[in-house]
Amino acid sequence: MSVPNNLLYTKDHEWISLEGDVATVGITQYAADALGDVVFVALPTLGDTVSVGTIVGEVESTKSVGEIFAPVAGEVIEANDSVVDAPDTVNSDPYGAGWLIKVRFTTAPEGMDAAAYQALIGD
Amino acid sequence: MSQQTPLHAAHERAGASFTDFAGFDMPLRYDSDLVEHKAVRTTAGMFDLSHMAEIAIQGPDAAAFLDYALSNRLSALAHHQAKYSLLLTESGGVVDDLIVYRLGETEFLIVANAANRQPAVDALKDRVTGFDCVVTDASDHWALIAVQGPEAKTIVEKSGIDIPLALDELKYYRITPGTFHTGTVWIARTGYTGEDGYEIFVPSPGAQALWDELETTGADHGMILCGLACRDTLRLEAGMPLYGHELGLDIAPVQAGLGRVVVAEKERFVGKEALAPGSEGKRVLVGLVAEGKRAPRAGYAVLNGAGDVIGEVTSGALSPTLGYPIAMAFVDPEYAAATSSLTVDVRGSHLGVTVHELPFYQRKKASS
Repeated sequence: MSVPNNLLYTKDHEWISLEGDVATVGITQYAADALGDVVFVALPTLGDTVSVGTIVGEVESTKSVGEIFAPVAGEVIEANDSVVDAPDTVNSDPYGAGWLIKVRFTTAPEGMDAAAYQALIGD
Repeated sequence: MSQQTPLHAAHERAGASFTDFAGFDMPLRYDSDLVEHKAVRTTAGMFDLSHMAEIAIQGPDAAAFLDYALSNRLSALAHHQAKYSLLLTESGGVVDDLIVYRLGETEFLIVANAANRQPAVDALKDRVTGFDCVVTDASDHWALIAVQGPEAKTIVEKSGIDIPLALDELKYYRITPGTFHTGTVWIARTGYTGEDGYEIFVPSPGAQALWDELETTGADHGMILCGLACRDTLRLEAGMPLYGHELGLDIAPVQAGLGRVVVAEKERFVGKEALAPGSEGKRVLVGLVAEGKRAPRAGYAVLNGAGDVIGEVTSGALSPTLGYPIAMAFVDPEYAAATSSLTVDVRGSHLGVTVHELPFYQRKKASS
């Protein structure tokens, strides 16, 4: 199970990549595998202000629905429209082309490192 | 600790993702639900169904007993014929839905849902008093392997199963004996996918060898291993009920569109008294279709134009074959007409849905 070292992770199985004051957010490979084939992705509107834990989107597979929780407070400055058009990108490249949103934050998010997340998923 | 089927090691080797289903550790998918679903519709897929319960009924009164214990007339079955049936409570609820196979004059094999193994066995043993026949829980004796899809016949024919009857002669809902290695197997032309195919009963110790044989033969015909995830979307497209969703103790068969499975004219059977008028006004099962990609899911409310709750979704998914959302739901009878325009509350947003006749998907029938 791929858990890249350079990312932060949440207990909701999301990953966060930090660059300046912008956090890029996606779901982990573990989460994508557990969902199965992703067939629908809903993402927030640009400019939305979100708090930690706000539901900002949904990822649906044929079998189930997963909610996306904002792991960081701030403003949504980008949503990945290409995963809305090709939801299976979330399965095939969860840490790359399958990213979901970018949030501009004022307070840097907290999260687990890769080792802690790996322990969480029992890998 | 979950139970394992005799094929568990094969699933692990194949890299399956597992899920607990009715106390069994079962393959949910091997790789992709969608790929597995499509294989069954276009080539073939193989499923381990060994978690399902097999119950043997043997003895001179076997046929008369089943006429009494189940909802329809099993005594009318020809040898080697099968019938879909219901095990009802005295009050007309459904303990389980079953397939009954007549193996001989005084011998029947019933396949029950894994989750209902004990209730079904208990009910049958309870009802057998006074009949000269024996009810045996044979679930551990039999493994069950399904090969489903347009290529299924070729694959079963080419496998190493010795089947005296030509498969062309094995009609839909029939069963025939065969030999694999030295053991007796039963090959049934039944399934739960909406596709043509076979379900093969094999004694548990021989299951692994048969699985391997079918997998090898099937690989040349585009067959892949399939998990329970795609089995669910396949049966939903085919409009087939799933116990616990479209069927249950508090649902009358007629509500679920299964009135035909209950032969009310039978003189005596468990559940008969409850079938007198009384289900009028109760919700009925309908198919729903929607546009877009968001699927109504089990438990979601169905609303009428005024925004009143008039039903509840029992199963739903984005149909892999059709590309649009499909669902089954119980709705108040006045909304069961195909012209009804309704909405489903999908986590707070209202999705427009249209009542659709079941099934959603029907294969093109090349032969009987």
